Amino acid sequence: MASSTLAQSPVKQDGIFSRIASGSLFPVLSILAVLVALWYVFAVVLNAPFQRDLDRRAGEAPGFVEFVGKTLSQPKPTLPAPHQVASNFFENTFMRKITSNRSLVYHAWVTLSSTLLGFAFGTALGILIAVGIVHFVALDRSLMPWIIASQTIPILAIAPMVVVVFAAIGITGLVPKALISTYLSFFPVAVGMVKGLRSPEILYLDLMHTYNASAAQTLWKLRVPASVPYLFASMKVAVAASLVGAIVAELPTGAVAGIGAKLLAGSYYSQTIDIWSALVAGSIVAVLLVTAVGVVGHVVERSMGGRPA
Amino acid sequence: MQPAVSNTVIEASKLGLTFQTNDGPVRALSDVDLSVGKGEFVSFIGPSGCGKTTFLRVIADLEQPTSGMISINGMTPQQAREARAYGYVFQAAALFPWRTIENNVALPLEIMGVGRDEQKARIKRTLDLVNLSGFEKKYPWQLSGGMQQRASIARALAFDADLLLMDEPFGALDEIVRDHLNEQLLKLWAQTDKTICFVTHSIPEAVYLSTRIVVMSPRPGRVTDVIESTLPRERPLDIRESPEFLAIAARVRDGLRAGHSYD
Amino acid sequence: MSTFKISWQAALAIVVCAIALARLPIASVNDTAIFAPGATSAIFVLIGGAALLSMFPLSAMLTAAVLFIGAHGAAWLLIAAIAGSEGAAHASFFLLVAAAWLLAWRCVTVLSAIRSSNRSADTLLRLLIPTIFGAWILIIWEAITRGAGIPFVLLPPPTAVGARIANSLPVLWADVNQTILRAVIIGYVIGCGAGFVVAILADRVDFLRRGLLPIGNMVSALPIIGVAPIMVMWFGFDWPSKAAVVVIMTFFPMLVNTVAGLAASNHMERDLMRTYASGYWQTLWKLRLPAAAPFIFNALKINSTLALIGAIVAEFFGTPVVGMGFRISTEVGRMNIDMVWAEIAVAAIAGSVFYGVVALAERAVTFWHPSVRGG
Repeated sequence: MASSTLAQSPVKQDGIFSRIASGSLFPVLSILAVLVALWYVFAVVLNAPFQRDLDRRAGEAPGFVEFVGKTLSQPKPTLPAPHQVASNFFENTFMRKITSNRSLVYHAWVTLSSTLLGFAFGTALGILIAVGIVHFVALDRSLMPWIIASQTIPILAIAPMVVVVFAAIGITGLVPKALISTYLSFFPVAVGMVKGLRSPEILYLDLMHTYNASAAQTLWKLRVPASVPYLFASMKVAVAASLVGAIVAELPTGAVAGIGAKLLAGSYYSQTIDIWSALVAGSIVAVLLVTAVGVVGHVVERSMGGRPA
Repeated sequence: MQPAVSNTVIEASKLGLTFQTNDGPVRALSDVDLSVGKGEFVSFIGPSGCGKTTFLRVIADLEQPTSGMISINGMTPQQAREARAYGYVFQAAALFPWRTIENNVALPLEIMGVGRDEQKARIKRTLDLVNLSGFEKKYPWQLSGGMQQRASIARALAFDADLLLMDEPFGALDEIVRDHLNEQLLKLWAQTDKTICFVTHSIPEAVYLSTRIVVMSPRPGRVTDVIESTLPRERPLDIRESPEFLAIAARVRDGLRAGHSYD
Repeated sequence: MSTFKISWQAALAIVVCAIALARLPIASVNDTAIFAPGATSAIFVLIGGAALLSMFPLSAMLTAAVLFIGAHGAAWLLIAAIAGSEGAAHASFFLLVAAAWLLAWRCVTVLSAIRSSNRSADTLLRLLIPTIFGAWILIIWEAITRGAGIPFVLLPPPTAVGARIANSLPVLWADVNQTILRAVIIGYVIGCGAGFVVAILADRVDFLRRGLLPIGNMVSALPIIGVAPIMVMWFGFDWPSKAAVVVIMTFFPMLVNTVAGLAASNHMERDLMRTYASGYWQTLWKLRLPAAAPFIFNALKINSTLALIGAIVAEFFGTPVVGMGFRISTEVGRMNIDMVWAEIAVAAIAGSVFYGVVALAERAVTFWHPSVRGG
């Protein structure tokens, strides 16, 4: 009688082969291909009015193919074509010295460093608060509602002020930005960790109780191991939030380096291609960070004897 | 004795079903020959993996057989399903938590396009039948497990299908509740004259309820014995201490043991 | 059992009080004491008295009431007297604030231990405890900024922010109108609606679902906010560009959650619908959408925050001279930090209200879900 369910759920395996077999890679790639094609179409359509204007002034009447070619190679297009972004990104990533302030690696590193610092602080703070909330009723009942309520507040709006105020008392650079990342990343960790520390069933807690285990022993031997999956799930959210925090913190302050600064500079000088390649850089950093957290989580869970999911 | 089977409801011949799994093919059903007549109460009993639930799911068109023939009222399972020929009761009540009891019972009626007034009448009748009058406005999670399962039986009865398929409906309930529901189910069967296919792994339950007991065994899933009950249709609970009852139970047990090689 | 219940908070409060008494005056300017003798002694009596009384074997409610009055009465006296003489506070002032805070802590601890069987009393406690906690963040903030005389440009006290809100209501309303009533609401509705529709589409076309789900999951980790400058270039400085940012930010969470939600109904329930020979739309409407409701509301809640963030941050990239993000970035530049705080307070209130409305709707729609009915 169990055979029916057995047949319906294919047994999951890790690795790229099973993904192709279960068939998500091909749809993903084809949808991405469609998106790139659409992007080209939109690039032509959106850049066409300006190009037509240019041609009229120059008194030229190019053929269709030539016209399309021109719309895809404007220096400041409304929507840059994917290959323009790609070549700009490639040039600014691999062709420049990484200490040059035109190098995207340099800007990404500036943002990444405050992201990581903030993320580390945020995670530590989140875990501490979660442990406190789980152990003290007063803290649970007074602090927890605020943590949840604060999720509803656009915290990011504070970012410019924090940076400026810190600058006023002579603290600039990494710390204020990292502080915003801390602030953004500690919420998901605290909430996820509270959930995780409370995840053991009452049965297991009763078992610890029969051993007359102390609160600290229960924490280390039961609650912490049980919370690991929750911790890494929320750390993935936190690291993404941390990056957003670092980028936004670079926006209003005339910061000279970082992905946020790059976005703002691009926006000032209408360097659309620069904006897009900064966006690509930010996205790559985000994917790398989330993947890294995921991999670490996977390794830790594996080493703790977790079932391969 | 039961009257002779006059018209057949379910007719299976050489029925087989093989699942393709990662561990290779699993023969869930193999060469099952069986016919169920109108008004019968047939129990399917056997250990896990013997295919008793799979057989029920094949009747309900929830699984497709890979070989052999099966017909329900002369139709294929799919046609029978589309004709709403049967009500199905699952292991769990599977009541929608966002609907009240009466709206849960109304669910199949809404889907089948029954008119409002007719719906009301049928809800009242079926809830009366399972002794749930007065709980119409309650939500499932406000009722006990036994009451939830009764509501799900009412839901299966609501659209007046002649065939009732029950897949271990009382398996998750405690024995006291189960006894009570068994008694009620027999009464209900007597009142409505339905054909019932009932999957269970409890020998007393199977013997107490059935006119016929189909004993099945695993690897491959097959029918090893079919036992006609000699008990009268009228069955008080204490019939379970009668020698006749115990004799049938012993036969079922022997059948189970014979079909089961403990390897 | 002893007749006294000695708590470390109350005991410590008494010790701190005694040290403060030895280090009078509380605050002074040019050797002129700012606190009148009456006020000074009232503060000591309130704190010391409440601390002592709390050790008597009173009922929990009464103990909490005594502590509440002692802590907040003293805090009120301290803050009222220091206003106007910022920076004049001595160590004694801060010690007394600390003592009052200890009493409030004890008060919260006592309240937290109360297990009321009465439902409305329980709700009241549930609200009262975090309110006291929040109030004390403001009290300590007020006491430190006023007591230590921190320049307003760095950190204005809450009362100054409150006064600024009261004085600038028209400006604030115009900003709310621009940012929230237009950019946020319109973008939110379009973004969530589009995400929902695409999710239904993806549900019908399996190929689309398998392709979009991983992409959607990945996109939700990206700093999408970075598209703001592009949107400003495309749609101009006014609210449509902000709404466009909000649409993009809210689309993917809705898509991913709805797709996940549509898969949330279990096998048995779907088999049941199959035995009824129910059609796709009937199954969708009667089973899968209700089962997906908790997921959809989760997205709606996440998006309520994202929408506000998106609209405000997008305004950093250029706006007409109105809007919450515009106000924040310009007033920061002018060092009008109290206005910035006022704007942030308004944003916080708007965000909470927005979230609260969605959460209330969720409770009404998914009343049956274990997380709502408390089962």
